[in-house]
Amino acid sequence: MSVRQVMPKLGEERTTSFKEVALGFTPDQAKLEADRCLQCKQRFCVRGCPVGIEIPDFIKLLREGDLEGAARKIKEKNSLPAICGRVCPQENQCEKECILARKGQPIAIGALERFVADWEREQGICGEAPPQRGGTVAVVGSGPAGLTAAAQLALRGHKVTVFEALHAVGGVLRYGIPEFRLPKEILEAEVDYVKSLGVEIKTNVLIGRTISFEELRQQFDAIFIATGAGLPHFLGIPGENLPGVYSANEFLTRVNLMHAYDPSFDTPIKVGRQVAVVGAGNVAMDAARTALRLGAEEVSIVYRRSWEEMPARLEERENAREEGVKFQLLTNPVAILEESGQIKALRCVKMELQEADSTGRRRPVAIPDSEFEIPVQTVIIAVGQGPNPILSRNVPEEIRTERGYLKADQETGATSIPGVYAGGDIVTGAATVIAAMGAAKRSAQAIDEYIRRKKGK
Amino acid sequence: MYTILKKRNLAPEINAFIVNAPLIAERAQAGHFVMLRLTEQGERIPLTIADWDRQAGTIMLVCQTFGKTSGILNSLEAGDEILDLLGPLGTPIEVKKYGTVVLLGGGVGIPAILSKAKELKAAGNNVISIIGARCKELLILKEEMEEASHKLYLTTDDGSSGHKGFVTDVLAELMAEDRPDLVISVGPVPMMKATVSLTKARVVPCIVSLNPIMVDGTGMCGSCRVTVDGQTKFACVDGPSFFGEAVDFDELSSRQNFYRQEEALAREGEHKCQCGR
Repeated sequence: MSVRQVMPKLGEERTTSFKEVALGFTPDQAKLEADRCLQCKQRFCVRGCPVGIEIPDFIKLLREGDLEGAARKIKEKNSLPAICGRVCPQENQCEKECILARKGQPIAIGALERFVADWEREQGICGEAPPQRGGTVAVVGSGPAGLTAAAQLALRGHKVTVFEALHAVGGVLRYGIPEFRLPKEILEAEVDYVKSLGVEIKTNVLIGRTISFEELRQQFDAIFIATGAGLPHFLGIPGENLPGVYSANEFLTRVNLMHAYDPSFDTPIKVGRQVAVVGAGNVAMDAARTALRLGAEEVSIVYRRSWEEMPARLEERENAREEGVKFQLLTNPVAILEESGQIKALRCVKMELQEADSTGRRRPVAIPDSEFEIPVQTVIIAVGQGPNPILSRNVPEEIRTERGYLKADQETGATSIPGVYAGGDIVTGAATVIAAMGAAKRSAQAIDEYIRRKKGK
Repeated sequence: MYTILKKRNLAPEINAFIVNAPLIAERAQAGHFVMLRLTEQGERIPLTIADWDRQAGTIMLVCQTFGKTSGILNSLEAGDEILDLLGPLGTPIEVKKYGTVVLLGGGVGIPAILSKAKELKAAGNNVISIIGARCKELLILKEEMEEASHKLYLTTDDGSSGHKGFVTDVLAELMAEDRPDLVISVGPVPMMKATVSLTKARVVPCIVSLNPIMVDGTGMCGSCRVTVDGQTKFACVDGPSFFGEAVDFDELSSRQNFYRQEEALAREGEHKCQCGR
């Protein structure tokens, strides 16, 4: 059996520029990798894909040299493949189910998806607005769930209006995921595709403030709420409001949305020589790698559990390690210390993991008298996000949980209010881009059925 | 698009802009603000909605040149466009009948009390306003404040108009005679802090409006977090108005000053005079 192809990575300039790190397959690599696919009758890989891409089919078309056909095949199920090919955790999804994974050599499905999507983009993607024959749908939020629902509904002939609070489209794909992992040019192209389907995107509109939820209900046949989990959590430790302590959201928003890394832009950012990033999810890895690129000499991930429990994708952890990010594991911050108003150190305590409890998780507990200090000038808090309260406070109580998430059917995204649907992180809590897209896709189908029923077609 | 319909110079480097923004005008309330961005490379800055006209679909913004973005805004003229304008943001103050309300506005804090005074007057309150600035030229919106209040006091640091001294001097005198039911104070941090120390002594509730650094203005980044009553609040969503007694002003000041060097550098980049620098 031939071995799995690996995407080449950016060379020397990697930690000094914001250029994309993973370079994508060469045509030869794509061919070699596609040839490895066994074209199984039992399509385990498809079951592993939250949006159900017919993976063996697109790989077969790719193998036969029909790139256009392969692209079309992917787009049947996924409106944003160039993004998914880059940010999906394939190792936990399609590639995990691949029969060859048993030998540790699953087909590099994500890299192949990316190859096809990138080829398509280079040809100039163009969707076609289908004839309008349906209803009107408001989509709240232009992140992965919102864009997916918009595209899917437009393809079914509905008039879709997306409302975005920020000045730029993409939600977390815009403000959260850095350029070196998802170039904004790719996002722009995917957004252009969604627009080419006839979707209208209105920026600078915050539902719940600029327009109320009730007004939307009156103006549209159906609403899909996809506002994500954009409210940063903090630790609640002393010193957390010192200048120089950023939420990962603020840090990444300044860099990604506001281009603080580019001197021709006005938004400032300050990064000390030594930086601590608290947390170990993908967002923490993004923040740590960003801090390095902004000139920090020493960046440490501070996490209270160990390498195995880290929520970040293995690939992202490896990328961070390769670039020189340090890992202070089994370490819990207890205070941020200052000297004349400037951050001086992160005071931490050493942790150990207890035996697994009934939930199977090993709880970290502090080791007595183990306090120590990590000298830092900047601290970035990346310990998760919750739901933004603005829309939550504006919707009827019956569809809102106590914590501000929305109550929606797992399969269809339907809330208890007819015509109001929700999907993505605002329902599930912070999860992955592809999970949000999967939910949006299922919701789009349910919304389509709802509108047809309503219009008696 | 958000077209500037009218520009009025109020003082050196301070202008009022009437901007076409029907959706924002429709929902604006006293205490709301907007975030705006002027160029593709520009930052997002918050500005108070000083006034609005729901029928005309316009809002009034007042801008004093402070950093680069405010400088660019002040260089715009009627007919120019504001690239991005988001609002109305924040939680408005509760407009109801309190009795006697004293409003204090310092410098460009004056536009932030204008709509509050108007609304509170319309709600049947006895509205007393005290506005102050460094000197006569910087004492803006006098006529508007006159109309929005039952009684208006003026103060200047140099005595060039009204009482020589601070707005809080007048408040102290007023409070010596009568206890107001509510005080609202908007201006530089030291002024709001001084107001709170006066009202606290007389157990009068005092609302202040905070101006921390913001990026998105929608509760997403936490840059504007302030400590109120020992709890972290986001000024952009929960504020910017808070009961002043509970606010940690020192923390606010230190967070406000974090980018002062960068702001100065950005301004210098814009330095266009002929003085040889």
